[in-house]
Amino acid sequence: MEKEHFFDKPKNVKRFLMGFYISLVVLIVVDLFLTLMHLKHPDFSWEKFPSFYGAFGFIACVLLVLAAKHILRKFVKRGEDYYD
Amino acid sequence: MINPAVIFIIGALFVPFLKGKAKQNWLLIVPAIGLLNLFIMPEGTYWIVNFLDYKIIFGKVDKLSMVFGYIFTIVSFIGALYALRVKDDGQHIAALLYAGSALGVVFAGDMLSLFIFWEIMTIASTYLIWARGTEASYTAGLRYFLVHLFGGLSLLIGIIIHVYQTGSIEFGVIGLNGLGSYFILLGFGVNCVFPIIHAWLPDAYPESTITGTVFLSAFTTKSAVYVLARSFPGTEALIWIGAMMTAFPIFYAVIENNLRRVLSYSLINQVGFMVVGIGIGTELSLNGTVSHAFAHILYKALLFMSMGAVLHQTGKINATDLGGLYKTMPLTALFCIIGAASISGVPFTSGFVTKSMIVSASGHEGIVAVWIVLLFASAGVFHHSGIKIPFFAFFSHDSGIRTKEPPLNMLLAMGIAAFLCIFIGIFPGTLYSILPYPVDYVPYTAGHVVDMLQLLFFSALAFCLLILSGIYPSEIRATNLDTDWFYRKGANVFNWVLKRLTPITAFIVIPLLGGAIISVIMGIY
Repeated sequence: MEKEHFFDKPKNVKRFLMGFYISLVVLIVVDLFLTLMHLKHPDFSWEKFPSFYGAFGFIACVLLVLAAKHILRKFVKRGEDYYD
Repeated sequence: MINPAVIFIIGALFVPFLKGKAKQNWLLIVPAIGLLNLFIMPEGTYWIVNFLDYKIIFGKVDKLSMVFGYIFTIVSFIGALYALRVKDDGQHIAALLYAGSALGVVFAGDMLSLFIFWEIMTIASTYLIWARGTEASYTAGLRYFLVHLFGGLSLLIGIIIHVYQTGSIEFGVIGLNGLGSYFILLGFGVNCVFPIIHAWLPDAYPESTITGTVFLSAFTTKSAVYVLARSFPGTEALIWIGAMMTAFPIFYAVIENNLRRVLSYSLINQVGFMVVGIGIGTELSLNGTVSHAFAHILYKALLFMSMGAVLHQTGKINATDLGGLYKTMPLTALFCIIGAASISGVPFTSGFVTKSMIVSASGHEGIVAVWIVLLFASAGVFHHSGIKIPFFAFFSHDSGIRTKEPPLNMLLAMGIAAFLCIFIGIFPGTLYSILPYPVDYVPYTAGHVVDMLQLLFFSALAFCLLILSGIYPSEIRATNLDTDWFYRKGANVFNWVLKRLTPITAFIVIPLLGGAIISVIMGIY
């Protein structure tokens, strides 16, 4: 019987995800604090929205994946031996 | 004090005469001597040889060339350590010649010696691709070679026109003015993976040898970044070219199955940031470009080494075949994650303190569209290099592969690179102190750290939710067409025409074609 590894236990995966979600909440709170205390020095006005960077990162990645999957792959995907 | 290129080239000559331990020691001693030699090289212009009416300068030593000198020498040491057990002398010789000629380019003060070193780089690097010995590496290497011959030819034409117009072969600021400069920019652009002429890189690098890719990832593109920073700073076109380079490869990286090809696409993305920095041309952006090249060479080598270790141990590199390797290769997984964190710009890693200078420079200059593209590209690179690479290789579903860590020398090479990635991230002052311009930039402000962490963590959230919901595109064994399609399929058309060309049709077709090409060229100018 092989040794059981860290992510083999569903409980550990859950804990890992939980920790990750908590860190997201902490980041939103800290960012709000910094924004309200005027501790940020943005170049552009939209950077002043609380959690602008988080929202941007999330939306950017969803759009990236959807565009790559549904648009780019349609145009460029060929069989593995296409050039042979 | 010896010319850095000479150290490596003489080093290469001795390789065939050494055996066993002596050879292994020699492979490490050469870059070590190279590094010590750099420490005693003063700034200035020296090693000048008179040739006909021209001055050939082998030692243009200033802050800009020194930074690249340091990093090229450091990465050649790391690469040599990683490749220490390779039995094929040819690869060691090619790697040393490759490093030597890249250093030759960096310290060249004239266009003639620059061009010669440029071409030696092409030959040495092609050998590292062919040395894999597979059918795929042979054909990819051939295409690589032809594309670089085209680039070299364009560079040569540009140099001849430029020298004819200015009467000087000195290599310095050129700027976009006149036909010669366009040809030179195109020649540099081939090596710098400009869009459309970029396809040689994701075509050839994944087919190269496991150890060869480490050298390839360092020298060709970054010596091109160096010459662009030297000769075309503040050229506005580069801002837009660079911005395109940061954006389009990440879409390819998302759907690509071969993990070394994913890294190849993200290499283009990272070089794009540097090209933007050159285009903006302020002290902040140029410092950003140079420091980012320095950091990038280390983490890119680290990522290619970790994927090379996976390929070395399992014989597999496609995401569809891998997964769960953290169980048997925990150290390689850790090093890969450090490289992935650095390329993503996680605080306290090297990417954070270098890339942000370029993004800030675009913000300070108020170039809104570019700033947004760079931010998008930052999120995207985290998505595919930061998460996808380690996730599909070491975690994801268990592929059932049970292997072990690679040999000690490979682990050590990765360890050194990983250490430097974190060292630069925590103590950026060391790197900042050798940059071309005085650094007035503070990366670690509370706002900047939180902004970057938000960008990365919420990108990770997107990845997480897309994977858990099953929307994330499953890895598929496939060929994804890129611009190399035109010459890979175009060659067939050419062959088809040749086979059907009788003397009579040739007499009609060739003059017609020639006439058409000439009238197009005359139409443009």
